[in-house]
Amino acid sequence: MERFNAVLNLLSIVVIIFAATMLVPLGLSLHLADGAEQAYDSAILTTALAGGLSWLVTRGRKRELQARDGFLLVTLAWTVLPAFGALPLLSYLQKLSFTEAYFEAMSGLTTTGATVLTGLDRLPPSINFWRCELQWLGGMGILVLVVAILPLLGVGGRQILKAETPGPMKDTKLTPRITGTAKGLWGVYGLLTIACALAMRWAGMSWLDAVMHAFTTMSTGGFSPYDANFAHWNSPAIEAVTIFFMLIAGINFATHFQVLRKRSLKPYREDPEVGVFLAVIVASIVGITLFLLAKGVYQDFWVALRYTAFNLVSVATSTGYSDTNFGVWPLFAPLWMLFLASFVSCSGSTGGGIKLVRAMLMFKQAFRELARIVHPRAYIPVKLGGHPIENNIIFSVLAFMLVYGGTISVITMLLAATGLDFVTAFSAVVACINNLGPGLGQVGPATNFALLDDFQTWLCSAAMLLGRLELLTVLVLFTPAFWRK
Amino acid sequence: MDPEPEARPQELYNGAPCAREIATLKIIILGAGQVGASVAESLVSEQNDITIVDIDSARLRALQDRFDLRTLVGSASHPSVLAEAGAADADLLIAVTQSDETNLVACKVAARMFNVPRRVARIRATDFLNDEKVLGPEGFEVDLSICPEQVLTEYIVKLVEFPEALQVLDFADGRVSLVAVRSYMGGPLVGRQLKDLRQHIPGVDTRVVAIFRRDRAIVPDGDTVIEVGDEVFCLAPEKHIRRVMRELRRMDRPVKRVMVAGGGNIGLRLARALENDYSVRVVEHNKRRCEMLAAKVNRALVLNGDATDEELLEQENIAEMDMFVAVTNDDEHNIMSALLAKRMGARRVVALINRRSYVDLLQSGEIDIAISPAQATIGKLLAHVRRGDVVSVHSLRRGAAEALEAVVHGDRESCRVTGRRIDEIDLPAGTTIGALVRGDEVIMAHHDSVIQAEDHVIVFVADKKTLPRVEKLFQVGVRFL
Repeated sequence: MERFNAVLNLLSIVVIIFAATMLVPLGLSLHLADGAEQAYDSAILTTALAGGLSWLVTRGRKRELQARDGFLLVTLAWTVLPAFGALPLLSYLQKLSFTEAYFEAMSGLTTTGATVLTGLDRLPPSINFWRCELQWLGGMGILVLVVAILPLLGVGGRQILKAETPGPMKDTKLTPRITGTAKGLWGVYGLLTIACALAMRWAGMSWLDAVMHAFTTMSTGGFSPYDANFAHWNSPAIEAVTIFFMLIAGINFATHFQVLRKRSLKPYREDPEVGVFLAVIVASIVGITLFLLAKGVYQDFWVALRYTAFNLVSVATSTGYSDTNFGVWPLFAPLWMLFLASFVSCSGSTGGGIKLVRAMLMFKQAFRELARIVHPRAYIPVKLGGHPIENNIIFSVLAFMLVYGGTISVITMLLAATGLDFVTAFSAVVACINNLGPGLGQVGPATNFALLDDFQTWLCSAAMLLGRLELLTVLVLFTPAFWRK
Repeated sequence: MDPEPEARPQELYNGAPCAREIATLKIIILGAGQVGASVAESLVSEQNDITIVDIDSARLRALQDRFDLRTLVGSASHPSVLAEAGAADADLLIAVTQSDETNLVACKVAARMFNVPRRVARIRATDFLNDEKVLGPEGFEVDLSICPEQVLTEYIVKLVEFPEALQVLDFADGRVSLVAVRSYMGGPLVGRQLKDLRQHIPGVDTRVVAIFRRDRAIVPDGDTVIEVGDEVFCLAPEKHIRRVMRELRRMDRPVKRVMVAGGGNIGLRLARALENDYSVRVVEHNKRRCEMLAAKVNRALVLNGDATDEELLEQENIAEMDMFVAVTNDDEHNIMSALLAKRMGARRVVALINRRSYVDLLQSGEIDIAISPAQATIGKLLAHVRRGDVVSVHSLRRGAAEALEAVVHGDRESCRVTGRRIDEIDLPAGTTIGALVRGDEVIMAHHDSVIQAEDHVIVFVADKKTLPRVEKLFQVGVRFL
């Protein structure tokens, strides 16, 4: 139980910090006088009180965090924080159930971008801002932020970083100290967000819109304060800027960090994922554009290119914006986009899915097996960027893929069992587990997740959590060995 | 500290060649491994005073028994050991231990503490060579770095490029090559006089510098008739090598598939040098080494197993191999695997063989080319030891002959070569001046070509005993200083 207390103690601090982040929408609300101030008052109070109380109870039981504790802390934080994050929504929108509010907050923190709300345009700006801020906090990881600003975690910070950042190989430290790494990542993330906001303002958004969209773009979240989403502006300039920053967000932030530190583009060339990432996306854009032209969805090449480029990049990077209802395109196009969303984002990016590096490793592993049939005595290493990858990483990636596939199947079955049609069930799971946002069918870009019943909503919330923490971080808690001394 | 550490060598190497017929060099060799031993062997035969240092007394004892040299047991880079080895009045330090670091430190110590005028180090890691500050006067003060593995690799790469040749050597930064070819029945020039060569291939400037017939050198002239089985040494620009070889033998199809037996230092370098242009397979028996190899190569295929394992060779289609190169550090293994590969259908087999007796045993047998690592790699070092301004030296025919590239200095008065026609020069018997390289221009030597100062002269010495006389020809008298 001592272990639990130590973790709980840290968790309380995370919760208190989380309460502090609600001060931003509160300030905004007071400034704009949008009538939602009270929602924050109570939410901040509740959150801070809960955090403070549990800190008081568990204080004095500090203990160095162990490898396993990192998983527990991260999973607990990601389960608890959406509940607190849901409070402002709950207290402002009276008719919203806790299930829906939790879903919305989870969708925010996990940067999924699926929503159960309608009439976004009529919500107070501060509520929309809070949704977007949730995504921004979740994008780089709120615990990474805690590691960056709080030195108290010590060595345990490393475990937390490992548990929260995506990708199969997490041993590349950017700086000798883990706090430095966390600071570096958040610093780059912040800088890019500022650049994104400025670019969006320049492209024609209002300041508030620009900041909110910068939050949701850099985190590949996809929340928008408008029901019409990007069709609200219908501006190619805004879309182009957004495409650019979504692509940036789909690339490893450690690589961005190196680029900024070395002031050279070389790290992009050396990163084995970046080239493949861009190549796959460009090839897909061209392919889908031609497909849509051939199917007669669009007549003009440039129009087709514009809609394909925006929606494809948005879905593939797991952002989830849309500027047209791509759900009505011939099924192949949106399916291909969902397929991309499941793997094309680079490891260490804010995008979802299994991450490109895992897909590349699997691909190479498959080729290795083929080559072994021809040359039984050959040593054929799986290499990435010229360096051989150890077998245990390959195995862990294999296991991950299996769990990923298994999880998708199980949740899809459960949703289907509760009465959803297959396309809706499957696409909802894919959209949630990849932290993408819009699915197809009844949860397509033109509609939202509001029609799901409570059980289905909880399932989707769980899928988002599993997807954001890359399954194993969560699932390890369900193994008996984890709890043994 | 001696203010002019360079004083001694000046006197020794450029000064009065007539005063001492053959100046004896005091040489310290650090490391009595394969490289150290072969260096010692070569240099002992050239009348030098040699002290060899190693920590393994057993190795030293073996050397002591075979050669006339002094041995010393100790750590090569320690000042006290170097002092005892006579570093204080040594002319040359050759650090060829297994460890780059030891060699580097030894050179530094020798330069700083004992003013040894010239220091050669064996450096395997190319990392040290990337920035000249590391080896330069501010760094470890290494005059010349050698890497036997690299030299051998380049040697073998040439053989893969020109599979018909026995050996291909570059001179003057690759402007001209010396190629050794065995003449076969069916070559257009076989059975004819050398002077016909010019009419056969009119556009090509080439010169036959030596012919070895049944292991004896023939000094070729225009009337010499080439017989089947002759080993012919021709000089030609690299782009014409194929045309020249075609005169002497039927050409094979170019090499596509190469199998390398042994994934040691040479095997790895070879795989990396060849893998982009050829399909390369490397056979290595050590599993951990295999993993390392596989990590370091890009396209080459690393196979775990024994190169003498018929089943493995069969599985990997040995009969389809254009070239089989055995480069393990075990002579017997190289010979057996090469013989086996040849028997199983490999087109051309090459084996690395250290032992001289084995080389003589096999040269004209089933193994197409037997390479003696010592002879192949000693050249760069020899160039450094030679008197006169010698750019490169290649040891040929197991050390019996030598081809060297020397730069001519001085004028008609101070040098016995400068400003003279070739037929005016008093060359020892068996020595041929093959070509002159003047700037970028390559001139095949004729009896009336005139040598100018700063020409690079490529000389073929069929009998090594005449070397001191050749060296003396290219030295400049005192007045030039």
